[in-house]
Amino acid sequence: MFTLILQLALGIMAMSTFLYVIRVIKGPTVTDRVVALDAIGINLIAITALVSILLNTNAFLDIILLLGILAFIGTIAFSKFLEKGEIIENDRNR
Amino acid sequence: MQLLHFAILSPFLFALFIPILAKYAKRVHTGWFVLILPVLLFIYFLPMIRMTQSGETLRSVLEWIPSLGINFTVYIDGLGLLFALLITGIGSLVTLYSIFYLSKETEQLGPFYVYLLMFMGAMLGVVLVDNVMVLYMFWELTSLSSFLLIGYWYKREKSRYGAAKSLLITVSGGLCMLGGFILLYIITDSFSIREMIHQVQLIAGHDLFIPAMILILLGAFTKSAQFPFYIWLPDAMEAPTPVSAYLHSATMVKAGIYIIARFSPIFAFSAQWFWIVSLVGLITMVWSSFQAVKQTDLKSILAFSTVSQLGMIISMLGASAAALHYGHTEYYTVAAMAAIFHLINHATFKGSLFMAVGIIDHETGTRDIRKLGGLMAIMPITFTISLIGTFSMAGLPPFNGFLSKEMFFTSMLRVAHFDLFNVQTWGILFPVLAWVGSVFTFIYSMKLVFKTFKGNYQPEQLKKQAHEAPAGMLVAPVILAALVVSLFFFPNILSYSLIEPAMNSIYPTLLDGHEKFHVHISQWHGPTTELKMTAGIIVIGTLGYLAMNKWKGIYKLFPSKLALNRFYDKLLALMEKGSYRVTKQYMTGFLRDYLLYIFAGFIILMGGVMMIKGGFSFTTEGMADIGGYEMILTLVMISATAATVFARSRLTAIISLGVVGYTLALFFVIFRAPDLALTQLVIETISVALFLLCFYHLPKLRRKTKTRTFRLTNFIIALGVGIIVTLLGIASSSQRTKDSISSFFLKNSHDLGGGDNVVNVILVDFRGFDTMFEITVLAVAALGIYSMIKTKVKEEERSGE
Repeated sequence: MFTLILQLALGIMAMSTFLYVIRVIKGPTVTDRVVALDAIGINLIAITALVSILLNTNAFLDIILLLGILAFIGTIAFSKFLEKGEIIENDRNR
Repeated sequence: MQLLHFAILSPFLFALFIPILAKYAKRVHTGWFVLILPVLLFIYFLPMIRMTQSGETLRSVLEWIPSLGINFTVYIDGLGLLFALLITGIGSLVTLYSIFYLSKETEQLGPFYVYLLMFMGAMLGVVLVDNVMVLYMFWELTSLSSFLLIGYWYKREKSRYGAAKSLLITVSGGLCMLGGFILLYIITDSFSIREMIHQVQLIAGHDLFIPAMILILLGAFTKSAQFPFYIWLPDAMEAPTPVSAYLHSATMVKAGIYIIARFSPIFAFSAQWFWIVSLVGLITMVWSSFQAVKQTDLKSILAFSTVSQLGMIISMLGASAAALHYGHTEYYTVAAMAAIFHLINHATFKGSLFMAVGIIDHETGTRDIRKLGGLMAIMPITFTISLIGTFSMAGLPPFNGFLSKEMFFTSMLRVAHFDLFNVQTWGILFPVLAWVGSVFTFIYSMKLVFKTFKGNYQPEQLKKQAHEAPAGMLVAPVILAALVVSLFFFPNILSYSLIEPAMNSIYPTLLDGHEKFHVHISQWHGPTTELKMTAGIIVIGTLGYLAMNKWKGIYKLFPSKLALNRFYDKLLALMEKGSYRVTKQYMTGFLRDYLLYIFAGFIILMGGVMMIKGGFSFTTEGMADIGGYEMILTLVMISATAATVFARSRLTAIISLGVVGYTLALFFVIFRAPDLALTQLVIETISVALFLLCFYHLPKLRRKTKTRTFRLTNFIIALGVGIIVTLLGIASSSQRTKDSISSFFLKNSHDLGGGDNVVNVILVDFRGFDTMFEITVLAVAALGIYSMIKTKVKEEERSGE
C-alpha cells in the first residue's frame, strides 16, 4: 500500500517535471525558462527523496543536499547573467 | 669480404675522399686522382677473361641479410665481365677526357667526380651481382647518380627539367622491375638469378610468368630508352658531355640490355618475350632514327641515334630466342652473337662521337648544326674521329659497325624464316623495318659529319674562334676511334675472349658438356643478301641525304601535338592538376564536412558489417519492467533534447541542455548510482555555467543561411547514426555470452579494498590507473585553458591593444 502511494507520488512528480519542461520549451521569455528550471531542480529533490524511500536506502541523501545547493547556484548564475550579461565580472581596473 | 666485393664497392669508398682532395689539393685537377681507380679496376678485371674463356665462372658470397635470402653475391661470367670491362674501360677514358673538358677554375669538380664514381660503382654492382634485390639496389643507385649528373649545372632550368624527367621515368621502370623480381621470388623462392635459371621449368608453367616478364621488361625498356620511354634520353643531353658519353651511350642505357640478356634464359622460351622484345626494339630503332634526321643539335642527333642503336641491339636479343627452340646451331645463335658484338661496337663509336661533339662544343661554343660548317681544315683530328665514328655508325666498311650491321641483317633475315611463334605472316616485316631504320641511320650519320665539317665556315655565328682541341682532350676519342678501326680488321680478338663467354651466359642451358660456341666473324661473306642490303642503304641513303631539303616536309606531317614529349608534359600537368582538384574537392576546410565523412563512414562500415555478419538481434529475455515514472522521465528527456535541437536562441538550447543533464542525474538515481548522480549534477551545473560564460562571445544561431539539402543530409546522417547506435546497444545487450565480472568486485570490495563503497574502491583501488590518468587529463585541460587565456592576452598586448 505504502509502495503504491510512493509510486503514485513519483508518477505525479514526473508528470509535473514534464509540464515544467513544456514551460522550459515554450516559455515566452528566458525568465520563465529559468524559473521552470529552478522548479525542475526542486522536483528532482522530491523525486530523489521518494526514490530513496522506495529503494530503502540512505545513499541518495547527499544528492538531495547537493541538488538544493546547485539549483540555488544555478538560478543565481542565470539571474546574474540575465541582468548583467556575464556571470563572473572581470575587474579591469585592478 | 673478398677483393671482388671490395672492387665493386671501391668507387663508393673512393668517392668519400674526393671532396677532401677537391678542397685541399686544388693545384691538381681532381680528375687525375679519380683516373687511377677505373684504370686499376680495368687492369683487375682484364685477366679474368682467361677464366670466362674456358667456360668457368666465379661466385663469391658476402652475407648481408641472410635471414631474408639477400646476400651480396658476386657472380662473374662472360656477360658480367664484358660489361665490367666496358664500364671500367670507357670509365677511364671518360675520366681522362673530363679532366680536359671541365675547367678546374670554373667548375665544381668535387661533386662531379663523387657522382661519377657513385655511378661507376652502382653500374659495376648491377652487372656483377647475382642477387636480384642487391641488383635492384645498385639499379636505383644508377638512376640516382644519373639524376645528379644530368642536373650537374643545376642553375639551368633545362638541366633540372631533364634530370627530373629521367629520374621519374627510370625510377618508375625500376619500381616495376622490383615488382617483377618479387614475383620471381614468389615463384622460385629464391633471389638468386642462378637459382631462377635452374628452375626455369617451374617459372614457365607458373601463372605469374607473364606479369613478372612484363614488369621486368618495363624496367629494362625505361632504362634503355625504348619506345615509348625514350623521351628522357634527349633531355638528358643537358648533362656535361663526358656524362653523356659515359652514361647515355656506353653504360647506363645498356643496363636494360644487360637485364634483357641476363633474363633471356628465364623468359626467352615464350612467344610473348620474342614478340615484345624484338618488336619494341625494331620500332624504337626505326622511329628514333627517323627522328634523329630532324634534329639540329649535335647531341640531340646522338641521343636519338643512341636510342635507335639500343633498339637494334634489343631487337637482336629478341630474335636470339629462337635458338632456345631449335637448339644450338650457328644459324639461330647469330642474333645473340650480333647483339653482343654490336654492344661493344656501339660503346666504342658512340663514346668517341660524343667526345668529338664535346670538343666541337668546347672549341666553338655551339652545338647547333646550322651555325657550324667548314671545320674540316680547322679541326682535322676531330674530323677524322667523327668520320670514323659516323661511318661505323652508318655501317660502312672498313669500320666495325659494318660487321655488326651485316650480322644484324643476317639475324633479321633469318627471323623471317622462323616457323615458330606464328612468325610466318609478319616475318617479312623484320628485315624491311631493319632496312628502313638503317637508311635513316645512314642519312643522319652523313648529316652529322658533313654538315659540321664541310660547307662554309661561319665565324660570325660562333662564340669563340674555332681551333683544334688540346692534345689531352683528344687522347680518349683517338683511342676509341682506333678501336673502331682495329675491330674491323681483327674482330676475332673479341670473338673468343668476350663474345663466346657472353653467349654462354645468354644460353646457359643450350650447350651440353664440352661443346663450345663457335664465333668467327669474317669481313667478307661473298655476295649475300646482306651485302646487297648495305649497298641499297648507301645508294638510297646518299640520295636521301642529298635531296633532304625536298622531303624535309614530311616531318611537318606529324603534328607536334602527338609527340611523346607533349604527352609526357600533359600527363604531368594533368596529374598535378587532377590531384589538386581531387584534394580541393573533399578538403573543404569546413569541420562539418569532415564530420559528415566520419559519420557517414561510421554508418556504412558499422551498418554494413553488422548487416553482412547478421549481427543485429533483439530479445526481451532478462529485461527489467518499466515503471510509469520512468516512462514520463524518458519523455522529459526526449522533449528536452528536441528543444535543444530545435531551439531558436542559444539560451534556450543551453537551458534545455541543462534539463537533459539533470534528468540524466535523476536516471542515475533511479538506477541506483548515487556517486554518478552526484558527479553528474555538479558537472552539469558547471558546464551550464561555462556555456553561459561563453554565451556572450558566441555568434547568434543562424539557421536561415543553411540550405535545405544541407539540412536534409544532416538529418539523414544523424538519423542513421542514431539508429545504428541504438541497434548496436540492443544487439550487444541481447547477445551477452559471458557473465559480468562485477560479482568479484561486490564480493571482495570490503576484504581486499577495505571499503564498502564499491564504486570508489574500483576507482582508487582495483583500477586506480584509470583514475590517475583521468586526473592528468583534467590537469592538462586546466593548464591548456590557462595558457590559452594568457597567450591571448599577451598577443593583444603585443599588437598594442
